[in-house]
Amino acid sequence: MEGIVRSVVLTKGVPDFSEGAVSFNEEGHLERGKTPTVMNPNDEFALQAALQTKVRHGGHVSGMSMGPPGYASVLEEAMESVYTDDSYLLSDRELAASDTWATAITLCSALEKYQEEVADVDLVFAGFKTADGETGQTGPQTCWGLDWPIVTHVLALDIDPDEGILRAKRLVEGDVDEIETVEAPLPCVVIADPEFEPTYRKATHRLTHKQLRGETRERAADHEEYLTTWDHQDLNLDPDYIGLDGSPTIVSAVDPIPKAPSEREATMVDPSDEDGMEKIFDEMHAFAGGD
Amino acid sequence: MSRGFGSATGGTDGYEHYDAVVVGCGPGGAAAAARLADHGVETLVLERGVEAGSKNVSGGLLYAEESAPYTLDDFFPDFRTEAAERPVTDYHIHNLSGNRVKTYDLTDLHEHDTDWCDAVLRRPMDSWLERRVHEKTSETGGGVLTGVRVNGLLRENGEIVGVTCDELDPIKADLIVAADGVNSELARDAGLMDWEEPDEWFQGVKAVVEMDSETIADRFDIEEDEGVAHLFSGDLFQDVRGGGFLYTNEDSLSIGTVFHLDSLVEEQAEPHELLDALLTHPLLAQWFRGEYDEREYAAKLVPDSKKVAHREPYRDRLVLVGDAAGQMQAQGPIIKGMNHAVTAGALAADAFVVTRGNADPEAAGRRYTTMLEKSGTMDKLRPRRYDISRRVGERDVVTNAVERVLDSRIGSVAVGNPIAERALKRAYNSPFLVSMLSDTRTGYVSLPALIGEEHGRTVHWENEIEPPTLAERIGDLTYDTDVGNPHIRLRDESYEASGAAVAACPVSAEDFGGGCYRSETVETNGSEERLVSLDTQPCVECGTCAIVADTEWEHPRGGKGVEYREG
Repeated sequence: MEGIVRSVVLTKGVPDFSEGAVSFNEEGHLERGKTPTVMNPNDEFALQAALQTKVRHGGHVSGMSMGPPGYASVLEEAMESVYTDDSYLLSDRELAASDTWATAITLCSALEKYQEEVADVDLVFAGFKTADGETGQTGPQTCWGLDWPIVTHVLALDIDPDEGILRAKRLVEGDVDEIETVEAPLPCVVIADPEFEPTYRKATHRLTHKQLRGETRERAADHEEYLTTWDHQDLNLDPDYIGLDGSPTIVSAVDPIPKAPSEREATMVDPSDEDGMEKIFDEMHAFAGGD
Repeated sequence: MSRGFGSATGGTDGYEHYDAVVVGCGPGGAAAAARLADHGVETLVLERGVEAGSKNVSGGLLYAEESAPYTLDDFFPDFRTEAAERPVTDYHIHNLSGNRVKTYDLTDLHEHDTDWCDAVLRRPMDSWLERRVHEKTSETGGGVLTGVRVNGLLRENGEIVGVTCDELDPIKADLIVAADGVNSELARDAGLMDWEEPDEWFQGVKAVVEMDSETIADRFDIEEDEGVAHLFSGDLFQDVRGGGFLYTNEDSLSIGTVFHLDSLVEEQAEPHELLDALLTHPLLAQWFRGEYDEREYAAKLVPDSKKVAHREPYRDRLVLVGDAAGQMQAQGPIIKGMNHAVTAGALAADAFVVTRGNADPEAAGRRYTTMLEKSGTMDKLRPRRYDISRRVGERDVVTNAVERVLDSRIGSVAVGNPIAERALKRAYNSPFLVSMLSDTRTGYVSLPALIGEEHGRTVHWENEIEPPTLAERIGDLTYDTDVGNPHIRLRDESYEASGAAVAACPVSAEDFGGGCYRSETVETNGSEERLVSLDTQPCVECGTCAIVADTEWEHPRGGKGVEYREG
């Protein structure tokens, strides 16, 4: 390795579940067409981890996503917010309706193609889980396909490019949360925890960060120039093993969770209504402390 | 448990190292950094605001003196067209006595030794400078970082070798330029400046008032590339020693008041009320015509260079420039600060370059001191004649005598005769005489009021504008509060020790619950005690309370606290 680090960040577009943006039909099902797509919120931490690595050690970060052509906007967002160098979108009809397994197979093929045609990869970053599926499986399954080590729930990390080692602090949840420090050889898959916080305590790092921001502004304005789209033929994938056909997961039914009935009642009383106010005091008296 | 990893870069001792670290990106820091970069020096600039200028306030006039070795446009040639407001082409002082006003044209004084003079607003000006400085310093391996607060000096074996920061690991440097303003934490850490005596400081408050460019041209009778400066003195500020100003910007006015801090404390005057006294004076009705839209209320402490400009502003590898070194000259009614900061910053850079390689860590500081003297800068900041008159104590004797005469019938006759009027106008325009105007009531109140009374005409305009209340002014400011981490702590909450802050703090007032300082009476064991409480949320970081109250005073962390949009 030449002291610079090559990273690929896996990211996904998800429905914007924020208040006002999300749209449900009468049965309570998500109306995908009416709800805008945004970057999966947890991917932000993966991207921040990749950016921190690039700022500290130099190198190159590619964003990668599988989804419809519209997901290019998610990759563009990644370029704007965390300065990825280029974007790879895995997209065609055969890939539609993939579950985590079919997605992982597709991502593995894309990463292998990337290594053959673009560059050797040192680190693959992925978010903790997606806001729509919430399974947290795609990252580990992709890793299994690559046959690389994986470090999950990463809170902080540093790379020793000369030794080819990653050191990470990871959260171990239990009765008492613990933070353990681990080492792993590169290449490696890193799943960033939502509590991951990039740290830039060196002036040189902050200056690099600022320089990247300036450079990226120009690049993001011209995102299509930096976008590569691969379909299932480019990835040499058999349609039987990808997309809906390659997805063993069967969603049998989606049941809306009924809203709990409200137990509260409100009665409006005019403060000048003496009898009404008197009644309130009588009712509240039982709850008052003291005698 | 620490969650981060340190990563070792830089020197063998684990510290990052830059040839020069400049703290603060106002005009002094910008000039120092630009000059260092011009010399090829690797320079890191650390600025605590989210953007340079977001923490900075000035009355608003930037001078370029003919006699100065450096002016800002030497380093930033398109500064005046890109970052300044209007040049001052007319300069007047108004002597006020009630509704009577006598106006003198001060243009001669203003133009003395002046190459150019522009009104400026600090946020647009300093943020422009920051971008240029970043470009220049990037070329020599450095750059500007914002949102980083330098909180002290890094020492090794008692010697200053670098800086410590809230946001970054300590950094070593061969030269440290403290251009961190009037509340310089580095100057205090080095033991070079203290914050003890109110009579060494002025406090200014300012309102930036909306007025579009066409209206300004119309109401001040000026062209697009012209601007005016008006000064106000006399009895409109009660007996508080100080005065007011009005400058025209591109599409706003800067209107403010500046007072001796000891006088503010003595009179228990409320700075915002004194500003309102100026804003609502009938004389200003001609410009407002009933319309008043305040964009921003701001405050700043101003060092009186005659008393505090440091004669040897260095220690080890640290040099002080600008306000941090007390380099703010009050030349009678004209206050010059930014220009001296620019000169000092550039001289410090030159001093570093010519002494580079010298093993003595204080070589640059000593050379800088010599350069301040040889360039005449120090004599402007600390006029020898002022020192002499102060030493022999003549000033007070003379002042008292003059004051008694002015109060008498003879005084009115003397000042009031036509020959005196011509002489007075000449006197006001003499740089020598105005610098001798003492810091007492005479120069600020008695004489101007008497001039207004004897020679003035009565202004019959009605000024009906209503300036915002203090609560509204605070409400309009932008803050990023560092919740749970107040940057000021009251060491002594008794009214005797800290009560002066309640009135003197520009965002506090007696009987106002929304300010920083509040006074309250607490009953304990039957006896009453008057105490002071502090809430730093509305703080505008001027530093007044550090002097008039008993506090532990620091700046908020990088990017936190007040953020000025105009400045």
